[in-house]
Amino acid sequence: MYSQTVMDHFNNPKNAGVIEDADGIGEVGNPVCGDMMTFYIKVKGDRLVDVKFQTFGCVAAIAVSDIVSEMAKGKKLKEAKKISKQTVTEALGGLPPNKMHCSNLGAEALALAIQNYQEKSPDTHSARVAKIN
Amino acid sequence: MKRVYLDNAAATPVRREVLEAMLPYFTERFGNPSAVYDLGAEIKEVLEEQRTKVAHLIGAQTEELVFTSSGAEANNLAVKGAALANIKKGRHLVVSAIEHHSVLNAARFLEKFHDFEVTFLPVNRYGQVEPERLKRSLTPATVMVSIQHGSNEIGTIQPIAELAAICRAAGILFHTDAVATVGSVSVEVKELGVDLLTLSGPVLGAPKGTGALYFRRKLRLVPQIHGGIQENGRRGGTENVPGIVGLGKAAELAREELAHLVPHLTRLRHLLVAGITEGISNLIYTGHQVERLPGHASFCFEGIEGEALIFLLNRQGIYANTGSACASKALKVSPVLCAIGIRPDLAQGSIVFTLNRDNREEDVHYLLEHLPPAVEKLRSFSPLWRKKMAATAGG
Repeated sequence: MYSQTVMDHFNNPKNAGVIEDADGIGEVGNPVCGDMMTFYIKVKGDRLVDVKFQTFGCVAAIAVSDIVSEMAKGKKLKEAKKISKQTVTEALGGLPPNKMHCSNLGAEALALAIQNYQEKSPDTHSARVAKIN
Repeated sequence: MKRVYLDNAAATPVRREVLEAMLPYFTERFGNPSAVYDLGAEIKEVLEEQRTKVAHLIGAQTEELVFTSSGAEANNLAVKGAALANIKKGRHLVVSAIEHHSVLNAARFLEKFHDFEVTFLPVNRYGQVEPERLKRSLTPATVMVSIQHGSNEIGTIQPIAELAAICRAAGILFHTDAVATVGSVSVEVKELGVDLLTLSGPVLGAPKGTGALYFRRKLRLVPQIHGGIQENGRRGGTENVPGIVGLGKAAELAREELAHLVPHLTRLRHLLVAGITEGISNLIYTGHQVERLPGHASFCFEGIEGEALIFLLNRQGIYANTGSACASKALKVSPVLCAIGIRPDLAQGSIVFTLNRDNREEDVHYLLEHLPPAVEKLRSFSPLWRKKMAATAGG
């Protein structure tokens, strides 16, 4: 049912955890629909220097979270935002059809964490203030 | 690697004695039981012997049993067959909300294509139908009530004798799906007072593709498989002779072993439940604690999802089941867990262990060694669990 890559990421998730002083946090899903993902990011300049996740969900949801964290780590924010459900699914060697929505959640949670960082970061803030003025 | 199989409600291996009894009926004893020459006639006799064996397991008469291809088919024949045979009386059915899909969907079929009205009876938090509620649901148009005997998902056993008595007094047919109970507790149709009862082979150590429906003598059933006059016209199609021989043998063994099996399963279950409730915090032991299948233990663990837990256990060679939405093809949380009022996030953490005669104490110890760390691992990166812990620490 699941590819070997999915099982590897599920069995040994390398990026599971919390960044206590995270620069951005993104949360998607809800317990009623069955999956919940929280992404934590650490940013230096325009690069993601660390990404961690917490996930409540099935094998696919956990594997997706781990691989998205792995794909994002070290990337520039702009590039990391390009991670999509297609690239995630491909990297995992495919997902069962009824689990495809999980791959979307991972990319979405990461994008929200980046958005959260950009909204509160002073650079963006001053840029926005400049624009308004 | 060690293998500990704890999903006996899903399937059990065919027993050696059963397989051996079946083997001649694939080859040298291949005759069609409908044929009149000796090759067929003697098979017809064998079929009737099996019917007696299976009937005896549930305290029925030989002629009160029809062989089917599965428990699901028996449920279809009971619900649709009996309802359609009594259509002149009325078009109202009552089924519990926690029935197997083969009962629920057969009822919905009657609703959609035969203008039946169906009442889906709610259950209490232990998963039992309350007799008063059943009484209130009956109308002059009610032809039939179907309530399962034991639940595969939460282990609860229904007060069938009491529920059936209500229907008998009102002149309404009563069917029970006893797939989970036959062979695992004493099931006597006369004591239960039911008109129809479903049983299935694969949970008894018979092969998949076997089942039977008990019907009280002379009860009319509209066949659901139209064909010849096999099974006295109640089910067309040449009989699955090897399968039926297997079912007969499995029923015979089940009857002999029941007195030993119940204490064996009960002891293992107590050990398992005690170990899990001691070793893991924040859980619900679902279903009725006393009125339950002897070898059935079901839980919901807070903060984690069941499919992930199944796969972690699978890695250790442990096989169990879950009612989590993520593990179902439809991605819907178990209707049974919803019906007993379990919160959706807790229902996601469902796990079900079903024991059988082959399980030993060491299997339970092996599970108790590997289950708590698996739950802990999933909780260690669960955002729900983190929130819960933060709230507990703060409050």
